[in-house]
Amino acid sequence: MNNVVTTNIVRFIVLVLAQALVLNNINFMGYINPYIYILFIILFPIKNNRMLFIFLSFLLGLSVDLFLDSGGVHAAASVAIAYIRPLILKFSFGMIYEHQTIKFSNTEFGQRLTYFAIITFIHHLLLFSLEIFNTSKILLILKKSLFSGIFTILLCLLITILFSKKRT
Amino acid sequence: MQQIINFLIRNKTFLLFLLLFSISLFFTIQSHSYHKSKFINSANFLTGGIYESVNGIGQYFNLKEENEKLLEENNRLKAILFNEETEQEVSFSLDSTLAQYNSIAALVTKNSYSVTNNYLTINKGKRDSIQEDYGVITSKGIVGIIDNTSDKYARVLSILNSNSRVNAQIKNSNHFGTLRWNGVSPQIVQLVDIPKQASIKVGDSIVTGGLSTIFPKEIPIGSVVSFKLDQTENYYNVEISLFNDMTNIGHVHIIQNLDAKEIKSLNNPNE
Repeated sequence: MNNVVTTNIVRFIVLVLAQALVLNNINFMGYINPYIYILFIILFPIKNNRMLFIFLSFLLGLSVDLFLDSGGVHAAASVAIAYIRPLILKFSFGMIYEHQTIKFSNTEFGQRLTYFAIITFIHHLLLFSLEIFNTSKILLILKKSLFSGIFTILLCLLITILFSKKRT
Repeated sequence: MQQIINFLIRNKTFLLFLLLFSISLFFTIQSHSYHKSKFINSANFLTGGIYESVNGIGQYFNLKEENEKLLEENNRLKAILFNEETEQEVSFSLDSTLAQYNSIAALVTKNSYSVTNNYLTINKGKRDSIQEDYGVITSKGIVGIIDNTSDKYARVLSILNSNSRVNAQIKNSNHFGTLRWNGVSPQIVQLVDIPKQASIKVGDSIVTGGLSTIFPKEIPIGSVVSFKLDQTENYYNVEISLFNDMTNIGHVHIIQNLDAKEIKSLNNPNE
């Protein structure tokens, strides 16, 4: 139990710092940045206190906002995906998720990919529409969410594969 | 009463979500209006400190480039100095700016240019008598306006920000307009409200106009790339490529207008 708490605290701090200091300076093709801090929300234990989870996601988004001077856009997007995560889990993993605690490293790759992709695209769409805040620039919003989303999903998958605890 | 409490308990997750979501929306909307985002900004003790210590490492990699920039600027200033007797006008304008404006050097510890509302963080703050509404420039051109300060750090509203409005004019003419950014390319900014009567050519230099109390007159901004009339056919919309490379900014100068208070009180006698 204690182990889970420490892992998540460390993950929180490392992801926020990595996002602010490294990943936000990538600016691939001028504007494409991965937002991998949502990995915290994606990988948060499934058996949890939902109130605590939503609150932690809010804190996560807010600390990223603090670093990036973006008002509250990251906080809003993070809270939203944390709130609808159970729905996405049920959609992508089917009924297994309710009966037993699944481990992400044991799930099928295809299911994991859909789960990551849905969460990432919802997050990015919300993030960029709030950030740009202008309906006449809807194409720019879609373009940014698509390209940054692909980048984020790739990085998230890579990180989960690299740091998975499956040792044979 | 029982019913209400039951309802609250049943929907507590949703209510918490709603509360936190509206707080974030509140912060977001605040950040979209100039001078309102007081709480969430990177010029505080924690984030400013982290950015500064990381920047301390990264700075060494740019030393060569910074030296070259300094050399270039020294050359330019020396050229002005040597030609002082022949070009009376230049030396005159130098003297008059010295009296009205004060310049403070600072180092950029965080820069962003990929989102629609970009801010920079610099390592000078209230302790160095930096206040809101001071202009920030480099040797090549303008960077932005200070919009928030803490003890040791200050946040700069970059000209690459959809809230940024800077008074600008065509060099060697007095037709002025407003400099804005449409959020697309970090090299290109837009100058709007230039009257149709202005003669404008591709390649013309654009400089700051002296109408605001923030920037001195004739600070370079960029050169005209293209221009066309807007829908009403009375004003030009001009695309400008910046002299400054906004993606690579190290040392900056903060411009303090010593007469700002006097000019403002003159314009708003009631306050």
